[in-house]
Amino acid sequence: MVKAGEKNGGGGKKGLKRKAGTLEPQEAAVSEDGTTESGVQPPTAAAFPPGFSISEIKNKQRRHLMFTRWKRQQRKEKLAAKKKLKKEREALGDKAPPKPIPKTIDNQRVYDETTVDPNDEEVAYDEATDEFASYFNRQTCPKILITTSDRPHGRTVRLCEQLSTVIPNSHVYYRRGLALKKIIPQCISRDFTDLIVINEDRKIPNGLILSHLPNGPTAHFKMSSVRLRKEIKRRGKDPTEHTPEIILNNFTTRLGHSIGRMFASLFPHNPQFIGRQVATFHNQRDYIFFRFHRYIFKSEKKVGIQELGPRFTLKLRSLQKGTFDSKYGEYEWVHKPREMDTSRRKFHL
Amino acid sequence: MAAAEARWNHVWVGTDTGILKGVNLQRKQAVNFTAAGQPQREEAVSALCWGAGGETQILVGCADRTVKHFSTEEGRFQGQRHCPGGEGTFRGLAQVDGTLITCVESGILRVWHDNGKEASSDPLLELRVGPGVCRMRQDPSRPHVVATGGKENALKVWDLQGSEEPVFKAKNVRNDWLDLRVPIWDQDIQFLPESQKLVTCTGYHQVRVYDPASPQRRPVLEATYGEYPLTAMTLTPEGNSVIVGNTHGQLAEIDLRQGRLLGCLKGLAGSVRGLQCHPSKPLLASCGLDRVLRVHRIRNPRGLEHKVYLKSQLNCLLLSGRDNWEDEPQEPQQPNEVPSEDTETDELWASLEAAAKRKLPDLEQTQGALQTRRRKKKRPASTNS
Repeated sequence: MVKAGEKNGGGGKKGLKRKAGTLEPQEAAVSEDGTTESGVQPPTAAAFPPGFSISEIKNKQRRHLMFTRWKRQQRKEKLAAKKKLKKEREALGDKAPPKPIPKTIDNQRVYDETTVDPNDEEVAYDEATDEFASYFNRQTCPKILITTSDRPHGRTVRLCEQLSTVIPNSHVYYRRGLALKKIIPQCISRDFTDLIVINEDRKIPNGLILSHLPNGPTAHFKMSSVRLRKEIKRRGKDPTEHTPEIILNNFTTRLGHSIGRMFASLFPHNPQFIGRQVATFHNQRDYIFFRFHRYIFKSEKKVGIQELGPRFTLKLRSLQKGTFDSKYGEYEWVHKPREMDTSRRKFHL
Repeated sequence: MAAAEARWNHVWVGTDTGILKGVNLQRKQAVNFTAAGQPQREEAVSALCWGAGGETQILVGCADRTVKHFSTEEGRFQGQRHCPGGEGTFRGLAQVDGTLITCVESGILRVWHDNGKEASSDPLLELRVGPGVCRMRQDPSRPHVVATGGKENALKVWDLQGSEEPVFKAKNVRNDWLDLRVPIWDQDIQFLPESQKLVTCTGYHQVRVYDPASPQRRPVLEATYGEYPLTAMTLTPEGNSVIVGNTHGQLAEIDLRQGRLLGCLKGLAGSVRGLQCHPSKPLLASCGLDRVLRVHRIRNPRGLEHKVYLKSQLNCLLLSGRDNWEDEPQEPQQPNEVPSEDTETDELWASLEAAAKRKLPDLEQTQGALQTRRRKKKRPASTNS
């Protein structure tokens, strides 16, 4: 009741404000709701004396009013501060301190101790003798088998076809309900180097299993944001048979290196620059974005790009040592959400 | 210098690239030791065990069927011997009374005479334990008794001084509720102290206790954990529970009196390859395919103590059982630290000079080598993560 007296019902808004200004001090001293402590002086007093906060006004309209007024004031103060800062900056000219860089989650990333140092010999030896060594030593050429989970729907089938135009020397086969563990020895005997299985759920592809064949690691990804060629706006004509170049961005940690090498070993060694096609695997915040472009240099520094091909996003779920064996295989890395995703600034790839 | 401090390392880890790493948890440092100076994948370490004479020697079993001797006092490899016979890598390594016991995957268990460097190529004893062996373990209280087990290879306990037949051969459990034979895959074996019992963990996520003293050849207790194969196991200091790890990096403590799960340990991301508990402290060292060595505290409170990134995939580990972890690495350093700092900032340490001078004459010889030690000394003061 005391508070109701503070703003006379109805009336002009401006009038209210002035009256509120005068009434408030008495009121605060009088009313002891327990919410206002007489001894406490809040630091941001502004027009309102101690203890009072806008959220305590029970009337929604008045509360909203007070809030918008406060917000307007804040914005004005902020603009004024910015202007002042800009003026000071101009006044100082060259001596002005450099502009502070805004904090982003990528800037604030927690330093990962597994980040690979290019001069590290142990890691270099490990990579030189791992399962991809035969590809990087140019002893084998990639030959990929692309298949899906059983009974795929149209979207998945079309994604497989488009993927096979993007990845040279790849073959799409229909999965006739065959077990992967039975397919893999057959692939090995037919000299395939990699197996890609696109998993489908409710008519959309949602998973990717990439298995390097002779005895190499198997990576299981979650696939999202799949866009087929016809869904891409302003795209170029279909990709040609030229071998594309590969770009692998931001695979810095040891795990990232393994995955990056896995992607690199899907494509033949020598890209044909005549084709001007490039496949990009860009890792940001543990999501890997796949894009396929055709580029053209308009001048020394200006490039035009056309997006061709399918586009999708991958997130690594597990990396298993050995070929596909989800029950009895040994895992090199498993994503555990409740343990690994506790910090917003920690990434693993 | 690193070689001289090798004795203070708390954990010794063998990797897939053939490097033996000594890790000092106080300083959070790892030092690499290789026999040939270069890592070699053919020499991937598959088994580690303490050699004769307390914890001064380590026997390193490599994938190329050689067993190397490493001295922790000197910090270098001393000799090696080739142990041919059978196929596959070493699945168990043990030593007793100057002889070396090796067991390979194809089931050939041999006892070799291990006198220094001269290797007589004939084994003293050879046993065939059956193909597909996954582990051979020696009983710490009776060193001539070993147990072997593997995939479709039932648990067998052998007495090397006795007959050629196993002392105890476990029987498979009854057919399951569909009347199908339950497959066998013993991945790790441990002997329980103060009794004849053995515990095994299987690739079908079971933990079983066998008692050779009882007339029953079937397991006395069976507990299951998780859905993935259990790859490593260790006994806790009190002896009533075991800690097991599976291929997903999940660690669990299982009580052997009731067969129930006591608790889990978090942190590992890859398959667990090696586990060992300290004999008196509640500490557990674990290593696996995610290339990180972790030391957890098992009780009050349960959690991660140390974590060290070692750049190769880790295969097996040995935890030093000594009690005084904290004191020893620091004692030689503290007196050495002050005089080397004297040379840099005289004013600051002028007040300490009086205290340091007592020890100066002893340590001037080693001053040059201590510059780097001083830097390392600062780390224990900071928090470990």
